[in-house]
Amino acid sequence: MSLLSTHDLTAHYGQFQALFGVGLELREGECVAIIGANGAGKTTLMRSISGILRNVSSMVRFDGQDIGEMPADEVTKLGIAMVPEGRKLFPSLTVEENLLIGQYGRKTDGFWSLNTIYSMFPILRERRHNPGTALSGGQQQMVAIGRALMSNPRVLLCDELSLGLAPVVIRDIYAAMPRIRDSGASIVVVEQDIGQALKVADRVYCMMEGRVTLSGRPADLDRSAIHYAYFGANV
Amino acid sequence: MIWVDTIIQGILLGGLYALFASGLSLVFGIMRLVNLAHGDLIVLGAYLILLVVTVLGLSPMVALVIALPAMFALGFGLQKIVLNRVLGEDILPPLLVTFGLSVVIQNALLESFSADSRRLPTGTLGTASIQMGTISVGVLPLLTFASAVLVIIVLNQIFYRTSLGRAFRATSDDATTASLMGIKPGNIFAAATGLAMTIVTIAALYLGMRANFDPAIGPARLIYAFEAVIIGGLGSLWGTLAGGVIIGVAQTVGAAINPEWQILAGHLAFLAVLLIRPRGLFPRAVD
Repeated sequence: MSLLSTHDLTAHYGQFQALFGVGLELREGECVAIIGANGAGKTTLMRSISGILRNVSSMVRFDGQDIGEMPADEVTKLGIAMVPEGRKLFPSLTVEENLLIGQYGRKTDGFWSLNTIYSMFPILRERRHNPGTALSGGQQQMVAIGRALMSNPRVLLCDELSLGLAPVVIRDIYAAMPRIRDSGASIVVVEQDIGQALKVADRVYCMMEGRVTLSGRPADLDRSAIHYAYFGANV
Repeated sequence: MIWVDTIIQGILLGGLYALFASGLSLVFGIMRLVNLAHGDLIVLGAYLILLVVTVLGLSPMVALVIALPAMFALGFGLQKIVLNRVLGEDILPPLLVTFGLSVVIQNALLESFSADSRRLPTGTLGTASIQMGTISVGVLPLLTFASAVLVIIVLNQIFYRTSLGRAFRATSDDATTASLMGIKPGNIFAAATGLAMTIVTIAALYLGMRANFDPAIGPARLIYAFEAVIIGGLGSLWGTLAGGVIIGVAQTVGAAINPEWQILAGHLAFLAVLLIRPRGLFPRAVD
């Protein structure tokens, strides 16, 4: 039984069509990776699921409910939290305030709280009174992840966690994934870093030019098939 | 000694201008919306208090308590139903709509209350004063200034100590990402305008108790509020108080030299600050 799924999902920016009938699913407790080059439609897909882009209602289903038309604030309250591309911390808020706003207007009784997030990323406790944007890129990404977790989501969408970060920092960030899964969240990670995606995910979807070109378990996919699905040509 | 007295009166008058300006500053700070009807909304608030005073026979201070929630609701509804629809990349539509609103309010007040100038009854408060050495200071101007300081303290507390304040700042930074946090930007904007209207109502109380008002005086109040906000630096509430004080002092000093110079002196002070510090005295680091 899938927790989150898209059905023949299309998306447009004005005249430009970015997604052409994308169908994918995320099962309870799973971690799914979506890989693809720039412009493949990965971020558009995330924006469609999270409600930033509004679609036909039946195109996105969550826990048996059609949510394609729902605005982002209501989607979030259902239990889908997003770590947006480029982190998007609020510059006027301190680190701690950025975390607190993740649970805005809700009382959350779940695993994640300021304390559990600080114990996962201890550096954030030290920097909690700094403006969020005064931190290094990796630390900002930790804040963005913590902010999304503060709502104790059932689904965590992570858009390009590795963007602009050094490999060693990316490794640190991904080291948190098992703890996030143990807390009960199902995860969708969007990645350009194929190696990282294959390591962390139960299943992988590869996108190119607004379509899913390949999907399966990492162990079942060979490198040349991925390269073909990723670039549209054999390398 | 007369100069010290003049400057103190000017500082206290600055409190009134800071009250005019705080609501404008709040709304601009959160949603980059310049409300050209701000001055007329102050006058509307004064008429609302006058109406409560006349119909229910209450004192203006008690009437304020009734007017505050009514004006909050008016602001909330105005933002939610009208102004949210015109907010966007283009700054012209909100300017046009609030300019139109200004005309509508002025004419509605003219139709309902006539062009006669009115005043809120002050009883003994209007003439009460405190002797400080050789200078006597009016209780009402002191109350006005104290209210301005209190309003700014409370606003800063809301901004930096509450969940609503975090939502205000986050939505102001990035409304799309704020919606990912479960915030409805439209409601946050409506709450901000509602809050601004409660400050407008407090400003209206002192406006109506200190001087006569009629339906046409709104735009001039808007200008003073604007000047106070710009002098202080956009987004800084304490700067707004400083801006109000500078205009207040300039006006009373100008009037002391020659009564015809009162208004002009305020505008000249504004221009002088703009020449020296184009971004105001306390500009916010970001944007």
